[in-house]
Amino acid sequence: MDYGRIDIHPTHTYGDFKLRRGRPSPFGATLVPGGVNFSIFSSYAKSCILVLFQKHAKEPMAEIPFPDEFRIGNVFSMIVFDLDYENIEYGYRMDGPFNPKEGHWFDSSKILMDPYAKLIGGRDVWGETPDWSDIYHHRARIALDDFDWGDDRPLEIPPEDLVIYEMHVRSFTKHPSSQVKHPGTFAGIKDKIPYIKELGVNAIELMPVYEFDEFENSRPNPVRPGETLLNYWGYSTVGFFAPKAGYAATGKLGMQVDELKTLVKELHKNGMEVILDVVFNHTAEGNEYGPYISFRGIDNKTYYMLTPDGYYYNFSGCGNTLNCNNPIVRNIVLDCLRYWASEYHIDGFRFDLASILGRDPRGFPLPNPPLLETLAFDPILAKCKLIAEAWDAGGLYQVGSFPAFGRWAEWNGKYRDTARKFLKGDASAGEMAPRLTGSPDLYAWEGRGPATSINFITAHDGFTLMDMVSYNYKHNEANGENNNDGSNDNDSWNCGWEGPTDDPGINALRKRQVKNAVAMLMVSTGVPMILMGDEVGRTQYGNNNTYCHDNELNWQDWTLLEKNADLFRFFKNCIAFRHAHPVLRSKYHFSNRDYMGSGYADITWHGTQAWNADWSGRALAFMLCGKHAKAGTVEDNYVYVAMNMHWEALWFGIPGLPDGMKWHVFANTGAPTPDDIWEPGFEPMLENQSGLLLGSRSVLILVGK
Amino acid sequence: MALDVTLETKTSASNVKIGIITLSGDLDASTAPTFKTEVEKAANEGAKRLVLKLSGLNYMASAGLRVLIFSKQKMGTDVDIYVVAPQEGVLDTLEKTGFIQGVILLEKDEPEKYEQ
Repeated sequence: MDYGRIDIHPTHTYGDFKLRRGRPSPFGATLVPGGVNFSIFSSYAKSCILVLFQKHAKEPMAEIPFPDEFRIGNVFSMIVFDLDYENIEYGYRMDGPFNPKEGHWFDSSKILMDPYAKLIGGRDVWGETPDWSDIYHHRARIALDDFDWGDDRPLEIPPEDLVIYEMHVRSFTKHPSSQVKHPGTFAGIKDKIPYIKELGVNAIELMPVYEFDEFENSRPNPVRPGETLLNYWGYSTVGFFAPKAGYAATGKLGMQVDELKTLVKELHKNGMEVILDVVFNHTAEGNEYGPYISFRGIDNKTYYMLTPDGYYYNFSGCGNTLNCNNPIVRNIVLDCLRYWASEYHIDGFRFDLASILGRDPRGFPLPNPPLLETLAFDPILAKCKLIAEAWDAGGLYQVGSFPAFGRWAEWNGKYRDTARKFLKGDASAGEMAPRLTGSPDLYAWEGRGPATSINFITAHDGFTLMDMVSYNYKHNEANGENNNDGSNDNDSWNCGWEGPTDDPGINALRKRQVKNAVAMLMVSTGVPMILMGDEVGRTQYGNNNTYCHDNELNWQDWTLLEKNADLFRFFKNCIAFRHAHPVLRSKYHFSNRDYMGSGYADITWHGTQAWNADWSGRALAFMLCGKHAKAGTVEDNYVYVAMNMHWEALWFGIPGLPDGMKWHVFANTGAPTPDDIWEPGFEPMLENQSGLLLGSRSVLILVGK
Repeated sequence: MALDVTLETKTSASNVKIGIITLSGDLDASTAPTFKTEVEKAANEGAKRLVLKLSGLNYMASAGLRVLIFSKQKMGTDVDIYVVAPQEGVLDTLEKTGFIQGVILLEKDEPEKYEQ
């Protein structure tokens, strides 16, 4: 081959391979003129060998040692020329000390995957049983970045305008009723974009899509003979830079990168952002009994938090803890997120057990965690949403105190807990009020806006919304852990009967509670997030921890759309109402003052009597002044919301409106369908403008115009 | 199965140069370079329309898709690419990977659509 340029001319040979000193930066395998630049870091390795395979081959086709002179600092780098880079897989062997007490686990008999691999083979088709005799399971491949994005770019929707829909890639379309061509894949989601669009959400949050191993800890299902329990949710990363091949209909062709990018592009075209749920708190290598995949054999002591005796700290609850505030590890996290933001046009990230990212290498919480600060101020991530799950399995609970650097939002666990209690009548109006207004008690004191608060009542972890109103207790028997797993503190209420029932009264109450929940969520200041399927009453049959089920416990049943059409309609209109009314989507916390001269404060609180809130009761109402919408920069209607969480109907006196305006009924969950909700803009006028009898456990939303 | 590639160039009724490439067999990493050579030839001959007749193409791997992407880039954004009569599997791949958005798809060979 004519290499053309002298600076890319081979200088070394090894067997038939032509080599040249590589470029240490960037890490990973990068295409350079005529060849591939391989670069990998290890602090403690004495030597390193590049192992090359033909795609899918059992045995390596070559093993090329890095010449000593190719190592700069702690980085081995080498260009290998004339590789058929679309048809190779690569790995490394690292030699160094094996001394677990000192934190070293080097074993040159293991082939290790590049932590920077952009494409990973080995689990190409979901659920296909792996060849356990394979000497190299997760195979690094080289991805090309030639996708044609056209004019696409991240949407940069203001955070306070988002409505997030949390979903699992496979669960969304795997059920036969989804009727998509490729069930359970990125392509399947693409086929369902019209549905998501009709619902009205403008951001989808995907549970982990980084390559993971569904066969990690796989075992026979104790309840369904013949079925296997899998690592279904995927909160156990194998490779941070590579999309899950098994989620792509084209995974078998190695085209998962293109398929995911196509999905992102199509979602953007339809006005929807894509947020990824990312797991940096631990990896799939588990504890000392886990497999060698990459980090353990490359630089165990750098990548994991270790006890003084060399054991793995387990703040993640999953065996190991990534040493996130080690400078090397900080960089891989940063590189990873920058890559997904720039290469995949991802709009935001939700960080699983993010509090771990604020721990020092010995596990102590840092007051000013450098990783969180770096991400907050990174220029490439500058417009990305950064959302923390502000707690970890080691007991660090930081809702309201997560080190935010003016940037980080939080899954507001306190919103979830209080809203659930209020719904069933266990929390007072006074406890609920701050949750409805973006939790100023948690965030305003620090100058953090309402969009800091990601408001949610249900998420993948825990009951679905329908189960939350159908079960008092978790029913996780199918997980095979004697019902010991999953949360015991659900604040759920079965409405009078545990599980499914034919009792029409109980079923009606359950549906009303579901509607109450979404109505409250959509009028709350902050960013609402709903769980996939809640809009059609999805059930997990009382299982609040379905992490291991590739079956109907997780799959979205699309026949529910017809069965619970009233719920879907209710959700859809509530979301549309939120989009239609900027007064609900304030960038700043309410000031409880009239700074627009409208005669009304931006928010006013009421009870069963107008202007007279009873903070200790189960009834609460508030009114938002349309003149104060978006801090007075736009004009909106007035909105009045009354919540009666009492078991009896209550008369609510309604505050008067400025002259010429009338109250109109947008939603009343106490009314039978279809009078429970209206399309925004088509609300009928309220008959008695001074008040109305609101049914038991019901929510009323009025719009004044 | 090997790949057969033929290139034919003609001029349309409206005096636009057209490159017509007929592919049959399997388009994978080992055969993609042959296809790429023909795309380059068509580009060098000044074709402003590229017609890819795919009815005989049984299979397209990632490498084949790369050439399609390459042809779009090589020929320029003002060049229309017609994909003619792809088999279901090939069409499926084009759809899932988004390439279909950048081309004009003809379910059957209708020369009047690209020769006018």
